[in-house]
Amino acid sequence: MAAKKLNTKDKYRLLTRDLDWEFSYEDRKQAFPFEEFEGIKITDWSKWEDPFRLTMDTYWKYQAEKEKKLYAIFDAVAQNNGHTNISDPRYANALKLFLTGVSPLEYQAHQGFAHTGRQFGGVGARIACQMQSIDELRHVQTQVHAMSHYNKFFDGFQDWSHMHDRVWYLSVPKSFFDDARSAGPFEFLVAISFSFEYVLTNLLFVPFMSGAAYNGDMATVTFGFSAQSDEARHMTLGLEVIKFLLEQHEDNVPIVQEWIDKWFWRGTRLLTLVSMMMDYMLPNKVMSWKEAWEVYFEEAGGALFKDLARYGIRAPKYAETIEKEKEHVSHQAWWLFYSYGDATAFHTWIPSDEELDWLSEKYPDTFDKYYRPRWEMAKKMEAQGKRFYTKGLPQLCNCCQIPLMFTEMDNPTQLAYRDTVYKDERYHFCSDGCHDIFVAEPEKYVQSWLPVHQILQGNCGGPGLEDVLRDYYRMNVGADNLDMKGSPDEQRWNSWKGVA
Amino acid sequence: MSKVYIALQDNDQSRYIVEAIEDDNPEVTVNYMPAMIRIECEGQLVVRRETVEDKLGRDWDIQELHLNLITLGGNVDEDDDRLSLSWNA
Repeated sequence: MAAKKLNTKDKYRLLTRDLDWEFSYEDRKQAFPFEEFEGIKITDWSKWEDPFRLTMDTYWKYQAEKEKKLYAIFDAVAQNNGHTNISDPRYANALKLFLTGVSPLEYQAHQGFAHTGRQFGGVGARIACQMQSIDELRHVQTQVHAMSHYNKFFDGFQDWSHMHDRVWYLSVPKSFFDDARSAGPFEFLVAISFSFEYVLTNLLFVPFMSGAAYNGDMATVTFGFSAQSDEARHMTLGLEVIKFLLEQHEDNVPIVQEWIDKWFWRGTRLLTLVSMMMDYMLPNKVMSWKEAWEVYFEEAGGALFKDLARYGIRAPKYAETIEKEKEHVSHQAWWLFYSYGDATAFHTWIPSDEELDWLSEKYPDTFDKYYRPRWEMAKKMEAQGKRFYTKGLPQLCNCCQIPLMFTEMDNPTQLAYRDTVYKDERYHFCSDGCHDIFVAEPEKYVQSWLPVHQILQGNCGGPGLEDVLRDYYRMNVGADNLDMKGSPDEQRWNSWKGVA
Repeated sequence: MSKVYIALQDNDQSRYIVEAIEDDNPEVTVNYMPAMIRIECEGQLVVRRETVEDKLGRDWDIQELHLNLITLGGNVDEDDDRLSLSWNA
């Protein structure tokens, strides 16, 4: 008779908890030196719950199946000239931003979870972090493989990891993860597992990937949803982390609340890039940024914080500002990138008339009043042969590193500026949120590597902007940057399609 | 009551899982979007192994859900026979 199959609960106990050991001749505190300095109090690691009770054998089995499905699609895309089936060549620029801005974060997450998992005394937490660390490595690898096909046919994909470390707008995602990884292990989990994975990554991997499908990009939607199938597990881990920390000790509540306030704001700022990908860079539109925000942030996040209220946790700070921003950020961001389009490693463009009408319809309270006139002006200038590029380098926020381009939300024609003086130096911020984060940990943020400051200090080559772009950023100047109109990408596309 | 939700890749296996979810949770709303299916309802949503097996006509492990899962919202409770999503408030 065959041995009786273990049920999931018993299997999980045997293959996780039972793998732990007691420290008989070493000091436990020395084995886990980072566990206490953040002030978090853990009284009983055995209360850690993994609702999916995934064990390593099952993990490998399902991950292998996901990979087989995924690589079958990649092969099909490559064999069938998948790059010619996308809706519009402009779409490829969203992928360039994804590869240079997002995929390296997957690698950062891989490293972050490997490190963090090592620091926890509880075996359940260690195993969950180990699996997530391997997931994240899979994500960066599959993304690079998917994009390698586009790299053969479009500009701007060639030096993504080098660019991630240097290019001005890519310091926004890079510094976000640097900030999380240089925090303690519990803050890292609240930052990444909870704030980022539970609420914010949905906005990138769900509506944007659905948009990739709608724009004919079979490879991206497939890696996106394959990655997201791991994310569902990460999200659940994020929620369990929060519940665990709050249930362990009441002293943990104010610490966790402060991290939630910080990381929801940091994440909201980071997603500015995604907002313009959704509203401006997807030629076929699935839903507006505002609609996605309402479903995944307001509705899903609202339900989450209602659930957590019983622990004494409230919704993140600046929620009122965040609610107003959904009407504005995508427009302010795309205008910024359009006007700095000579210094971006992807192409920018004026939305078509049809797209402007769609934006008017989706943003009835703000688009016609504040943003459409700018595009009408840009159209006129372009028609006169004077495509507009901003001269000069922007002031960056000393926290999120986005140029100071956001406006006051109650007065959308007034740029928002905040500043503070620390040890006789003045620091500038885009918002109250970023200002407050700096003020809470100034010694951390005075060390920020701000790309514009570095250029002005002569640390990025030069002296001209083009020297920096070509030699320091390794852009193919004249091919990777500038407007979509007249670009080599556009010319190649037209030749594939037989358009003169 | 807050809404719980689950989103699955729109493929041949998910079709049967969605049918099973609709049978077991008659109050759900099913939204079809490009490449994905989003299912939501107030309070609680349950995926039952037995119902999915009936629809698929074969054995199905509740953890196989991970192959087609895109995202979910709510507290997860899973055992060998079911996965449930719920909010406490």
